[in-house]
Amino acid sequence: MNLLKLLDTMCPDTKTPEEKDTFFSRRDAFRQFGDLSKKMAMAAIPLGILSALPKVAKADTASLIGVLNYALTLEHLEYRYYQTGIESNVITSADRVIFQKIRDHELAHVKFLQEVIAIVLGGTPVEEPNFDFTAGGNFAPFTDYPTFLALSQAFEDTGVRAYKGQAANVKESDVVLTAALSIHSVEARHASMVRRLRTKKGQDTVKGWITNGSIGSLPVATQAIYAGEENVSQGGVNVVSLTGIDAGAVSEAWDEPLTDQQVLGIASLFLA
Amino acid sequence: MKNEGIKPVRLVKSANRREFLKRGTLSVATAGLLLVGCNEDEDMMPPMMGGVSLGSGDIGILNYAYALEQLEAAFYAAVLGGGYFANANAEEKTIMGDLEKHERAHREFFKAALGNMAIADLEVDFSSIDFNSRTSVLNAAKTFEDLGVAAYNGAGQFLESSDFLLIAGKIVSVEARHAAAIRDLINPGSADFAGDDLIDANGLERTLNFTQVLTAASTYVKTPIDFSQLPS
Repeated sequence: MNLLKLLDTMCPDTKTPEEKDTFFSRRDAFRQFGDLSKKMAMAAIPLGILSALPKVAKADTASLIGVLNYALTLEHLEYRYYQTGIESNVITSADRVIFQKIRDHELAHVKFLQEVIAIVLGGTPVEEPNFDFTAGGNFAPFTDYPTFLALSQAFEDTGVRAYKGQAANVKESDVVLTAALSIHSVEARHASMVRRLRTKKGQDTVKGWITNGSIGSLPVATQAIYAGEENVSQGGVNVVSLTGIDAGAVSEAWDEPLTDQQVLGIASLFLA
Repeated sequence: MKNEGIKPVRLVKSANRREFLKRGTLSVATAGLLLVGCNEDEDMMPPMMGGVSLGSGDIGILNYAYALEQLEAAFYAAVLGGGYFANANAEEKTIMGDLEKHERAHREFFKAALGNMAIADLEVDFSSIDFNSRTSVLNAAKTFEDLGVAAYNGAGQFLESSDFLLIAGKIVSVEARHAAAIRDLINPGSADFAGDDLIDANGLERTLNFTQVLTAASTYVKTPIDFSQLPS
């Protein structure tokens, strides 16, 4: 069980012998639990187990907390966006099932990240910021459905790139990395669905995957979200030269990361 | 535990560059991303009798990904030659055409990146799939795409190299985009694109381990795959 590897890298956040004993005995208890459930997927860790963990500290716990708080900020943005959209009735009734599902996932991500930050890592989860989804009066996502869909696509594609950009920064912790990957692919599923939905409605011609870094019919303000997606060279291998496959398809076949600074620059457009 | 004894990733050495140039694979040789085992034992990839061995460390995991991409690429190549595709509507033809190119690009990338550490071509068995049937093809595509996502998500933690972790991350989200699209073709406009069968109450997609993935894949692969040296 991956959680055990996280515990193994941690030290008790206390100087008293009694509390250290408590930490190590609980860790042993979790290890035994892990032995019983080796086949449990990481995703199956119930939060009850996380909340039973002792408070821990670790040299690079601070950096993990930083990355997860960054992710939490984005999840807050996504959750608030969909929740407001659902409450505003801007969403066509036939599509509500899609956005309720996405909203549910974003809320679950918010809660999961808050629990991991607070209970597993002993940190302080960031508060939800105040958002301005009109971006200073430029957009009307809660009264205009095509705009709602356009910003949804923008947020989902940003989310995919944001998680991807942090993978290496959390790889010290197998459990955090695996959780981040398991959120990352969910965001990619959302992105694919919303992109195709917009095209099905005739609002764009984008596919579920990103072609040549194109923003399609999205507002020009979204250009930064797709910058670099046209890349066709992976690990130094130019895949177009290697395969003869057209550059558009090769660009689609690999999604590219964004740094935290790039993502926060994008997100800042929507902070009140 | 991760295998600390193997550092499989190196920039191409001059000797390898010469070898690759000689073989005419210039695009790869100039790329600088070749895998070279530095441990003598690991350099030897003993051919299994009638099978392949994925190897250990990051090479083993990349071969694992290469095996899955081989399977996916072979599947979509067969889709494009079948009756379903011939009669599919424009949207589905575009999707299947794209997926064939994406998976072929992934397969060729891994083959090039692994160089002489790459496993041999796998022999596939798609006898359980009716390539004239839309339902059969889409359900198989869903199986392959969902499996690919779960495999990459499960394997990421075992990669030592941050560079390979990033490349795996770049691919897995595309597989997830594929999976969502295929699921939406099967059940349009529903929540199945990110269904509760895959995503738990924490909003986390399932992960599968090496055994689970290769067991699921074994229905479609004739070549025996030895993955016993993969990290755990």
